[in-house]
Amino acid sequence: MSEYSSDEMMSVAAARALSGGQRCFVGIGLPSTAANVARRTHAPDLVLIYESGTLGSKPDRLPASIGDGILAETADAVISVPEVFNYWLQPGRIDVGFLGAAQLDKFGNINTTVIGDDYADPKVRLPGAGGAPEIAANCHEVYVVVRQTRRSFVDKVDFVTSFGHGTGHGERQRLGLRGAGPTLVITDLGVFRPDPDSHELVLTGVHPGVTVEQVREATGWELTVADELSTTPAPTSDELAVLRALKEASQ
Amino acid sequence: MAEIVSLPGAVAELVRDGDVVALEGFTHLIPVAAGHEIIRQRRRELTLVRMTPDIVYDQLIGAGCARKLIFSWGGNPGVGSLHRFRDAVQHGWPVPLEIEEHSHAGMANRYVAGASGLPFAVLRGYVGTDLPNVTDTIKPITCPFTGETLTAVPALNPDVTIIHAQRADRAGNVQLWGLVGVQKEAVLAARRSLVTVEEVVDELAPVPGGIVLPSWAVDRVAEVPGGAHPSYAQGYSERDNAYYAAWDTISRDRDEFERWVEEVRHERVQL
Repeated sequence: MSEYSSDEMMSVAAARALSGGQRCFVGIGLPSTAANVARRTHAPDLVLIYESGTLGSKPDRLPASIGDGILAETADAVISVPEVFNYWLQPGRIDVGFLGAAQLDKFGNINTTVIGDDYADPKVRLPGAGGAPEIAANCHEVYVVVRQTRRSFVDKVDFVTSFGHGTGHGERQRLGLRGAGPTLVITDLGVFRPDPDSHELVLTGVHPGVTVEQVREATGWELTVADELSTTPAPTSDELAVLRALKEASQ
Repeated sequence: MAEIVSLPGAVAELVRDGDVVALEGFTHLIPVAAGHEIIRQRRRELTLVRMTPDIVYDQLIGAGCARKLIFSWGGNPGVGSLHRFRDAVQHGWPVPLEIEEHSHAGMANRYVAGASGLPFAVLRGYVGTDLPNVTDTIKPITCPFTGETLTAVPALNPDVTIIHAQRADRAGNVQLWGLVGVQKEAVLAARRSLVTVEEVVDELAPVPGGIVLPSWAVDRVAEVPGGAHPSYAQGYSERDNAYYAAWDTISRDRDEFERWVEEVRHERVQL
């Protein structure tokens, strides 16, 4: 087994979460990397949808941006931006929304707007919502992939840009949101799933060589650990080769 | 009917201080040269509208052209943050920037409503998020048929929309293809419109997936080859990723940015 980084483990673990035939709305960055690894390994018929207006993109390198020409040139269909949101996302035609986050909280709420508690006078101004609020609302389920630190993995996000499970305990259903929300969070340390009742994220797996103590250190709330904790299988040489080739092709 | 004119002439005629101005383009076909012309002509107090303000909006904001930004995602795609935008929001430099913040679905629907002659659009969006708490153009609405609560957002009707397209014919019919984003809606929603094109041709050959904006739906067309640089025009140019990376360095520092603005102001512009 070759050496690999924690980022590579995260991308491979996220790729494995996707299965063939699924229709996946892909955010740029870490989610796009993972989705493209999945399509080139175990899930060749994964349908990739990008908010720039492409259905079924099949890029042979990682797109540099959400509107990289390669996404349009390799797509089954290129459509307008209003169409992608209104006809394809909103009615619930997409299985998985695959998102990143600057800040994620224990109920899977995502912040990509501001750091700090005053919106009008933020400590850090982030890019904003993009397509994420409606991706999080309207896909059947949402997977989040994020590098985990105490700053990114917080008790409560400073700003709810995209609604996860709110304050938990079925708040999504009470608000009338039709998708299940975040059902899986993958970080560079491990794997989290919401508790079926409270909807608080619970550590269900760790990546090879990572201890629960390390995960606790990088979690900004009192972490609950599942009774049966799995260990993620290390990346195979094939998975690593695909991931590295995609990255190299985009240099 | 669209008149074919020079870029400086079109901007002088169509873009006025205090206007609501949309320069649209979703990574592809961004009307960057037109943005630089607005900087050169020192427009002020603009309300800038765009789903994805990227580096050309960073430049307009840093040059002091804007008082307000209506947007849904502001960043340097593939690179990181917009430093001039951040400086304006966090420190009011060079002038304070008011923001009106939406999601992509909300912005797209606002243009659709504007293009459709409707006062607002309805969508399944924003529910549970903090955006309605900070943006007063997001309101709940009850469906008169089902009683379901949905979200309403008001139409966007810019004073001027500017887009870049691959080509136009001599009558001013405009053709664009590839990622067409929200450009058609943005033009149809606007009171006045300008399209910069890679080339003006005798005849528009059909292109798969291409759309045509008829001459009578556009006010002015200007031939500006490379007018989308550093973004790209499918079939004409590749995205200049190095420029986006270089912008990160230029825009981090106020002095370096000011030097950049001076260069743009002194560029000789083809008439």
